[in-house]
Amino acid sequence: MSTTLTGTAGNAHLFPSRDPRIAQRLSRRRKRINYISKGLCIVATLIGLAFLAAILITLLWLGLPGLHLSVFTETTRPPGSNGGLLNAIVGSLIQTAIGTAIGTPIGLLVGTYLAEYARGSALGNAVRFVSDVLLSAPSILIGLFIYQVLVNPFNGFSGIAGCAALAVIVIPIVVRTTEDMLRLIPVALREAAAALGAPKWKTTVFVCYRAAIDGIATGVLLAIARVAGETAPLLFTSLGNLNWSVSLTQPMSSLPVTIYQYAGSAFDDWVQLAWVGALLITFGVLALNILARLILRPRH
Amino acid sequence: MPETGTRPTIGALEARASAGLNAPRISIRNLDFYYGANKALKAINLDLPDRQVTGMIGPSGCGKSTLLRCLNRMYDLYPGQRAVGEVLMDGENIIAPGVDLNNLRSRVGMVFQKPTPFPMTIHENITFGVKLHERPSKAEMEERVEWSLTRAALWDEVKDRLNTSATGLSGGQQQRLCIARTIAVRPEVILFDEPTSALDPISTLKIEELIDELKRDFTIAIVTHNMQQAARCADQVAFFYLGEMVEVGSATQMFTAPRERRTQEYITGRFG
Repeated sequence: MSTTLTGTAGNAHLFPSRDPRIAQRLSRRRKRINYISKGLCIVATLIGLAFLAAILITLLWLGLPGLHLSVFTETTRPPGSNGGLLNAIVGSLIQTAIGTAIGTPIGLLVGTYLAEYARGSALGNAVRFVSDVLLSAPSILIGLFIYQVLVNPFNGFSGIAGCAALAVIVIPIVVRTTEDMLRLIPVALREAAAALGAPKWKTTVFVCYRAAIDGIATGVLLAIARVAGETAPLLFTSLGNLNWSVSLTQPMSSLPVTIYQYAGSAFDDWVQLAWVGALLITFGVLALNILARLILRPRH
Repeated sequence: MPETGTRPTIGALEARASAGLNAPRISIRNLDFYYGANKALKAINLDLPDRQVTGMIGPSGCGKSTLLRCLNRMYDLYPGQRAVGEVLMDGENIIAPGVDLNNLRSRVGMVFQKPTPFPMTIHENITFGVKLHERPSKAEMEERVEWSLTRAALWDEVKDRLNTSATGLSGGQQQRLCIARTIAVRPEVILFDEPTSALDPISTLKIEELIDELKRDFTIAIVTHNMQQAARCADQVAFFYLGEMVEVGSATQMFTAPRERRTQEYITGRFG
């Protein structure tokens, strides 16, 4: 009796037994909760996907019928004269490209400063905070800011002001992804480079950037995708231009602003072109996102 | 010398010990080390004999890795860490302010606990360190790559894929690549900080054989938690406890007749 290991009443304190009925009940309860939470997750996912699908289907439905070659060869024209979106497309490309080209190096260097040089320093924390505020600032405020510094003092709206506004939006996005990606790099890698006698800047450029390049490139692509669709900051800066112009000192057309102007108009062909423009932006951004995914995908 | 594939026996250990210890390559004198206000090393005095292996043993947190990081001034990367005293190499105090750290680290290389291949090709991993200190011609560089990989017993395994990513190698191969990368710079001293604690027994054996081979040309210090490893690799063993160096002696003396009771207790596994 004293050596038995089963949980009889006499020596239960020696070897605690468990009641199989309670275990079974708990197990059933766990499974039930599991099914419920799984179901809720699926429903939430479907709701989210439904909105996305609805947007894409509407865009395709209303945009595709107007998607002719003339959209890409003709500039915007008065209603009823078979215009296209050429100036808006080119304007968007120019402003996005220059905005990204200005914003990326600044963002990259600030992100590097935060991750490599200012960990835990007061200035670093302040810069990070300001950058995060900028990241979530309404883009119309950025448009107003550029309006005050680049449009008002000079002779009016210009393409370069639009580029500057987009650059201001690009900077905090690139700062955040650069810092996050550099912080993911283990200290051991930096120590290994230092142990070979590498000065800090060489460690940063040749080892850390190399290790983080995929993530940083993804951040830049996401920034491009974001600014390609921005409307508000361009309204106060490059304004929009219904004529062909690639001059950076003149008002410049862009897809989002053209959509904004056309979609609310009373002319059917303009509304149709607005849908086409929306379709182009959406699929352009989608393509960029897919590209970002492809870059981020591990190699080998 | 033991045959390839077999481990040094106690006999080999005694043969090594009978040869005695060489003249010191690095002399540590009265070295204190601080993490902020916390004193991690207390008045360390230790000589690293030239082209021999010094094993550093002791329980976690005893300061042996800290001491290793003094020898190439790794601690300089972190504000708040500082060393006081002397670490003499060729008569120069290398922990004095004003010492060129990058030059020092080209003379005192380090291999870490976890393999840390750079996110580059195998070839670039080797050339990265070399290019920091020299401007060899292309032919010289190729020669150096082959030499260092051969010395690290990795050449045969990677010679056909030098231009593939180093992160695709196995853990043991990565660690040998890190050793190759370190010796490619042609340092005088190599510091090993628990180089095999993340590796399987076969890879560990290879690294240990490698260390035995490398000491012909390099002065070596190795921190290890593995008593057998210290016995197999080291000519001289130093035992650390709570920031102090309790005892130092030839490997044979330390493992057969330690003078201090604490050394005896640690080696026989009574604490630590």
